Order: sequence, then structure tokens, then C-alpha cells
Amino acid sequence: MTQRMTIDPITRLEGHGKIEIFLDDQGEVSKAYMQIPELRGFERFCLGRAAEEMPRITQRICGVCPTAHHMASARALDALYHVEPPPAAHKIRELFYNLFTFEDHTLHFYFLGGPDFIVGPNAPAAERNVVGVIAKVGLEIGGKVIAARKQARAFMAEMAGKAIHPVFGLPGGVSKPMSTGLVEQLRQAAPGFVDFALFSLQAFADIVLKNQAYVDTILADHYTHRTNYMGTVDGDGKVNFYRGQLRVIDPDGKRLYQFEPQEYLTYIAEHVEPWSYIKFPFLKQIGWKGFVDGAGSGLYRVAPLARLNVADGMATPRAQEHYEQMYATLGGKPVHATLATHWARLIEALQAAETVERIANDPEILSPVVRRLPEQPPTEGVGVVEAPRGTLIHHYATDPKGILTMVNLIVATVHNAAPIQMSIDKAARGVIHAGKVDQGLLNQIEMAFRAYDPCFGCATHSLPGEMPLRAVIRNARGDVVQTVERRTRD
Amino acid sequence: MAQKPKVAFYWCASCGGCEEAVIDLEEKILTVVEAVEIVLWPVAMDFKKHDIEAMDDGSIAVAFINGAVRMSEQEEWVHLLRRKAQMVVAFGACAHLGGIPGLANLNTKQEVFDTCYRDVPSLDNPALSAPQTLTRINGHELHLPQFWDTVKSLDQVIDVDYYLPGCAPPPDLIWSAITAILTGQLPPKGAVLSPNKACCDDCPRKDSKPDKIEISEIKRPATHLADPELCFLAQGFVCMGPATRSGCGNRCIEGYMPCRGCFGPMDGVFDQGAKFLSAFASILAPKDEAGIEKLLDQIPDPTGTFYRFSLPTSLLHRRNPGAPA
Repeated sequence: MTQRMTIDPITRLEGHGKIEIFLDDQGEVSKAYMQIPELRGFERFCLGRAAEEMPRITQRICGVCPTAHHMASARALDALYHVEPPPAAHKIRELFYNLFTFEDHTLHFYFLGGPDFIVGPNAPAAERNVVGVIAKVGLEIGGKVIAARKQARAFMAEMAGKAIHPVFGLPGGVSKPMSTGLVEQLRQAAPGFVDFALFSLQAFADIVLKNQAYVDTILADHYTHRTNYMGTVDGDGKVNFYRGQLRVIDPDGKRLYQFEPQEYLTYIAEHVEPWSYIKFPFLKQIGWKGFVDGAGSGLYRVAPLARLNVADGMATPRAQEHYEQMYATLGGKPVHATLATHWARLIEALQAAETVERIANDPEILSPVVRRLPEQPPTEGVGVVEAPRGTLIHHYATDPKGILTMVNLIVATVHNAAPIQMSIDKAARGVIHAGKVDQGLLNQIEMAFRAYDPCFGCATHSLPGEMPLRAVIRNARGDVVQTVERRTRD
Repeated sequence: MAQKPKVAFYWCASCGGCEEAVIDLEEKILTVVEAVEIVLWPVAMDFKKHDIEAMDDGSIAVAFINGAVRMSEQEEWVHLLRRKAQMVVAFGACAHLGGIPGLANLNTKQEVFDTCYRDVPSLDNPALSAPQTLTRINGHELHLPQFWDTVKSLDQVIDVDYYLPGCAPPPDLIWSAITAILTGQLPPKGAVLSPNKACCDDCPRKDSKPDKIEISEIKRPATHLADPELCFLAQGFVCMGPATRSGCGNRCIEGYMPCRGCFGPMDGVFDQGAKFLSAFASILAPKDEAGIEKLLDQIPDPTGTFYRFSLPTSLLHRRNPGAPA
């Protein structure tokens, strides 16, 4: 008798997510599926639009990381129109983008994925949220978290019109230069951002790393996948969020490829399954081998841990110290433990804060020349940035008037779709036996994917509350055998 | 102690920006949490469809619903919430007007599927697989909700009491709406909770707008530099301000970019795009038909510009599925 267990909804990732777990006669996991039951169709309905509107259209893919879409789109427009932005425009964009990365990464640590560790994976569900975090780290720190987010977002709105759905990206630069007053405020605020990132890393060290049980959890086999990794590196091979080349390494850390964004089609292809609206990318030259990891698999992962795994190091000095410490602690590169993504994310937040400080103090940022107009007709262009949750690719082609004829988008969570599917299946197999399900199981499955993607997390963990999970086990006739729920206010 | 009013937040085809906008209330959110009992908010709280189903009809004081309706599952949810809630507020441009996902009404479901699962250059899909509502795999049945041909605004599916416009609605407007609801100081049913005047009326560049605008060339942000202080229309850039309701704080203008109309039309205007076109036609320099036509031809993608956020609720509603794309 086959049993079906549904976890629905695990709430959204640009829509909703659903997990289906099938048990065999012995109550062991036969197969678990992660389904994305939503599609909006941007790649189609953007056809016919004016290319320069894309930064303002595609950011509506995700209101949590609109800045990533806005920036990938602006980079694609630079390429499409064959125009190189003036230095100040690049610096303004990069400053803006690092502000966003800092804000998004720290938000994730305190509000979203972090509570599992700060409060504890086995803490009562009602405490495993941002309120629990504040109880653990103190009200003063909680105030700091809210203040840092508010301050960073106020700067973003001032620079680009809005924090949710910014408007300033254009082919060849940005619409708005920086004012002296704003730059002065940023210079004053930036050391505080660096301090806050350092403080967060210290909190991680004190709360997580000093607790052997947590370290064991991070390194547990059912949270580990030996996969390939992809991320963007700068000219020195260091982590860069805004621009660079894409580098791919294999599970042993050996470099497979390094390429320019516009060459992505040589290296990446997407597989389709009829049971999900999401597509499943893989390394084209290895081929689609199914949902398997290890040597010979074509699957790769993106996101903070992947970026650190592929890079030779961090681009800023203090982040580099923490990078070295992480790999020393976790046994060298690459790290395959999915949950180490949380640590990598904080190291990236520190790099982002240090970068904000560096660029804010660069005199060129005050240049009024923030735009170079295209001189050639548009043709085709690819833009790649590192979104908080991984590599984001925008690829456009237009007619000579700049009307879109082809749009291809591969977003961070899509790159990770097959690994997430694999992680769900592995976590389910690791923890469900003889048909027994309990609260711990649900959180362990949840943790398997939360590490990948703040989009899941933001959908579930932002304010007082808890990831809602409901598992229903049914027999073949559809009768409910067992229902398990994790609730917030029990 | 009197029971706190029950409040539900839900999302349909949307981006999560409306949720971020609520979180952008910052510390005020704690005031809201104190004043009401939130019974549903997937972004932040426990999510129990069966609990909502078990509630008495009309027992939720107000449901804030964002996103357009484009999947079968979303349609089921909004009908459920309408039954349970005394008041439904369409929250944000997608619920209000259809929003950017509503641009998909220029296409059919088949075209969307063909592009996403057959045509884009990164696909490796020799079997031409596409998502199915029912898949049988290894003896297991997997279900997906239906993707509709047409995107709808919320009031095209259920009765809506109020509209909170914007993409995303700004925190001050959200706060005013919440205050109005909590104190019972609401305008008549059907109102859009934002001032009924044009964006131009409180535009920071208003004073630079000449008494008489005459446009003899259409400029595009891709290929032209805009003056940082002058009225965009006076410079020849398409700016939706004249046909768009105010209340946004002119945030796009403050980012030195023209308005794209996310707040929708003012009261009494059904079709925002047509309203803009009539306003725009009156300021074109040529007065003869051929000259006007020639100038309008310079506007790239008029449909996607004039109806950026409002296609599903406009007179156009959607492209006739039989018409050429």
C-alpha cells in the first residue's frame, strides 16, 4: 500500500511550493518531490516591450530581490546596446548593489534562516523566529537589526527612487548621480554597516560554532551534497556580486570552466519535468543525469556557499579573514555541507559592507557623468549578477528599434532547483522511517531547503511566525492515516 | 476584553513586493499586531487553509489580498477569503488592476508555455515536455494547479470593497488605510484609498511644466539624456503622470525616471491608457492626422507602456486569442 504525504503549502518562492512524499509498504520513503505550482510567463509577455523598460518590468519577478533583477537587466542592456557605462555609473551601481546585498543577507540571518541556529533547531516552534532571536541576542541587538535594514533601504530609495522596485538602471549607466549630502551620509553610516556585519559573524561564532551539536548538524550527511558549483569572480578570482566571469568547479574543487556571461549557453542548459512549473538547469557539456549528485553529475549549485567555493578568496580584507577561518573550520574547499551557506552568507554581508565603505569614500562617485548614450543599434545582450541567492542571468535580443524579440531568464533559485529537489528527497529518506512523522522531521526537511533560498525563507520566517508545515499521510484510498502540523501559537 | 478584529493577508500572482511593503512599516507593524489578530499571513505566520475553511462566514474583519489571479488555486483561495471576510481590500497594483503579470493577456497560455518550455535558447527539451496538471510517475500521482489563459484583477473574480494602489503601495499609504479601517473612518465602498488627483498635481517638477506643452519629438530613456529638473513630458518623454492617480510620493520622478502609471486611473476613468492617449494627443505639436500618426509611431510599444499595469482591467482586457501576436 503506497502512502502519500503532502506538505502544502511550504509557501512561496515567487509563488508557492509543495512537497509530496510517497512512502512504500514499509513506511520508508519511496520518493519525495518538490513542486513549484506557479508560473507567470515573463519570458513570453516581455516580448514586444521596449528593451530599456526591462529593469522596471523584470524586477516584478521578485519583490524581495528586485534590485538583483533590476541590475542584471541593466547589465544586459549595456551589452545589448554595446555601451560601456562611465566609471562613476559602475561605482554607483556597485555601491547600490552592495547596500542591497548587505541588507538582504543580514535580514536573512536574523529574520529568516538564522533562527534555526540562533534559537536552535530543536527549540519550540513558537520561539524559532525573529522574536526568539531577539530574546536570545537581546532587545538592543534586535533594535540594531531593524535600524540597519531601515537605514540601508532609505539610502537605496534615495539613490534609485524606490527600495522596492528601483528605477535608475539604464543602458550605459544610471539616471541619477549622487549628491554630496547623500555621499556624506553614506560615508558616516558605512563603518556602522561593517561593525554590524562583524557583530553578526561574532554572534554566529558564539552561538553556533561553540555548540558542537550545531556543528554536527551542519556537517550531517543528510544535509550534504557533493555537487558542482558556480559563481562570479572578479579579475583576481575574488567574489564579486556585480560583475565578472562565471567560474564552475567540480565536487573535488577542480576548475571546470571559466567564461564570460555571454557564453552561458555553451555551458548551461535547462531540463523540463512535467510535474513542476520550474525548470532544472544542468551543465550542458556533462549532460542531464537526473537528480543525482557526486562525480559525473551535471548538477551544480549557486548561492553564497557556491560563490565562496569557486572563488580564490574574498575581495575585502576582513571578509577574507573570515573566509579563511570558515574553510579551516570545515575542513578545506570545497565545502559541501548545505547549511554552511548561512556562514558564507554572513561573510558575504561583511564583504558587501566593506565594499559600500570603500566605494562611498571613492571621490569619483560624485562625478555628474553617470550615463553614456548608446551609439549603435541594439542587437543581443546578456547580463549576469550574483543575486543574494545565486547567479542571475538575463539574456535579451531585440530588433534594431530595441523591441524585444527574445527573453531568457535563469534566476538563482532555478539554478538550485534540481539540488533542492535532491536535498528534499535525501532529507526525507534520512529522517522518515516506518511511516513515523513528527515535528522534528518537518523542521529538518524545512532546513534542507531553507539554506538555499531566502525566497523560501522570506515567505515563511520574516516576522513573528513560523514556517507553516502540514503533513498529511494518506493510504492508497485517500484516508488520512496521520496528520502532523507545526503551528505558531500552540 | 473585546475580541480583536481578525485580519488576513494573502497573495496570488505577485512578486512579494507587497509583503516587503508591509514589512517596511518597520516599528509600526508592532502596533498593527497589537491591534488586530492576524489569522493568515503566509509571509510571516502560520498558514492553515483548513483553519480558514473552518471559520464562520464573515468572521474575518478584513482580508488584504495582493497579486493578480492567474492560477486555479488562486481563484479557489480568493473565493474562500471573500466568504470568510466582511471586507476585502485589493492590495497593490496587481490585485487592483492586473499589474505587470497582466501583460500576459497579450498572449495565450499556449504561447507562454511554448516560449518557456520550448523556445528559450537554454532549453534542452527534446521530448517537448511541459508541465501537466496531472503526472503519473513511478506509480505516483503528482498534481499542479491549472494555468489560466487570462490574468484577472481581483474584482474580476470576487467583490472588492476597497483598493490600495501602487507597485508596491508606499508604507505611508498602507498606514493611512490601516488607520482608517481600525477607526471605521472609511469612504464609500469601492473607493481607491489614495488622493483622487493626478500625479502631475504634486510632481516635484510641476513648476517646470510650461503652460502649453508642444511635443515634436518622442524621446526614449534608452537613447536620450533627460534633464534632471524639467517636466518629462515637456522634454518629449512619455510620462504617465497626467493619467495616473497620485499618492505615490512621486518616487520614480525622484529617481529621475518618468511615471509608468502603477497607481492606475483617477475616479471615473475606466481606461487609463485611453485617458493618457487623449491627454497626450492634445499636446502633440502636429495637428494634422498624418503628422500625429508619424509622431505616435515613434513610441515604442504603446500597449505595454500605456497599459503597463492596467491591461486586464482596461477596455482591451486581453488580446483576442485568435488575433496575431
